[in-house]
Amino acid sequence: MLSALDGQKGLELAKGEKPDLILLDLVLPKMHGFEVLKSLKEDEITKDIPIIVLTNLEAMGDVEKALELGATTYLVKASYSLEEVVQKIKKALGE
Amino acid sequence: MGFKKILSQLNVIGHCKKQGLPFRQCPQLLFLIMGIVIMISAVVTYALGTRVAADPQTVLLIVLALTVVLFVITFSITRSLEGLAEANRLKSEFISIVSHQLRSPLSNLKWALEFLMSGRLSKIVGKQAEYLKILKDNTARMGELVSDLLTVSRIEQGRLPLKKAEFSLQDLAKEIISEFELQASTANVAVKLEASENFPKILADRSRIKWVAENFLDNAIRYIKEKGEVVVKIVKKNNSLVFSVKDSGVGIPKEDQKHIFQKFFRSKNVLKYQTQGSGLGLYIAKSIIERSKGKIGFKSQENKGSTFYFTIPIK
Repeated sequence: MLSALDGQKGLELAKGEKPDLILLDLVLPKMHGFEVLKSLKEDEITKDIPIIVLTNLEAMGDVEKALELGATTYLVKASYSLEEVVQKIKKALGE
Repeated sequence: MGFKKILSQLNVIGHCKKQGLPFRQCPQLLFLIMGIVIMISAVVTYALGTRVAADPQTVLLIVLALTVVLFVITFSITRSLEGLAEANRLKSEFISIVSHQLRSPLSNLKWALEFLMSGRLSKIVGKQAEYLKILKDNTARMGELVSDLLTVSRIEQGRLPLKKAEFSLQDLAKEIISEFELQASTANVAVKLEASENFPKILADRSRIKWVAENFLDNAIRYIKEKGEVVVKIVKKNNSLVFSVKDSGVGIPKEDQKHIFQKFFRSKNVLKYQTQGSGLGLYIAKSIIERSKGKIGFKSQENKGSTFYFTIPIK
């Protein structure tokens, strides 16, 4: 499991390590999660990696925008237990 | 720099998009359209005026004076509208920021507690479980309050989206009764459902209607002092389904009944022994039902019980 504390580092890490799945927050330092998502989906190396957006933003349009940009699922942290998030991760990994 | 500022002011479409307004509500665009209308009116008025008036210069002066007055009035009105639009935009931004900044630490607390209580890190013994549960319950309570406050803000802004789809109200009733089984049995309350299987489906936002139904059922169970019964009933009335929850609880005092759907209101007899609750549930429920083209209401008698109901039009 790898982690990054800002969007820029996260993008570099994803391109370098090609993980099986990415959990992506939206409100990130240096690079907003939507920009990271867009870059990941436009890059040949990372475009097929499933991405779960995990955030507390749920304004009108946020969910639609994330799914349009290619996110697999959009989870609002406040609405899910840890166990439910783990189940969603397993489902995205095809387990 | 002044020239650039002037050019940026002329970028009307850009301003409208920045404010997130549809074009018909955009103050800058409205000012532009009104300006064009005023100028055309001035030219037409001058042309017509010179045909009937003896002195064209007088006509010109009058038309110019009126045009200037109209421009000033239009400018004042659109400036006020700009101020309103900006205030609205800031309010939405505030809601978005608050939602994230308040919820983020609460989510972290919630998940850290879940992980601790799972026992994966170390065994939980004795009083530890009790205190962890207190932390968990209160974190959940804060989380619900933040969610309720956000929902209220969205309702007041007219930004509560409804994702409509067909669903069975009876199936939803069975689902929520099952969810509340533990709470009901702990409170020594029997919950029963009276509903036919043959009702048509309704077209509404299932998650929002479920929220309202859960709110009714939660209140009904909570406000029964000792042993009691709750009846969830669905009937068809004209072109609507009526969902009601009847309890044998504390009821609502007559003088409090007219306030029951107001924000933050909680009746005095409930506050006596049940301090938990934001007083926002019924306000939110009313907004959801009214936005779903339904009606909400209740009947109640103090110390006898209450029946809360909502109607939803059949598809």
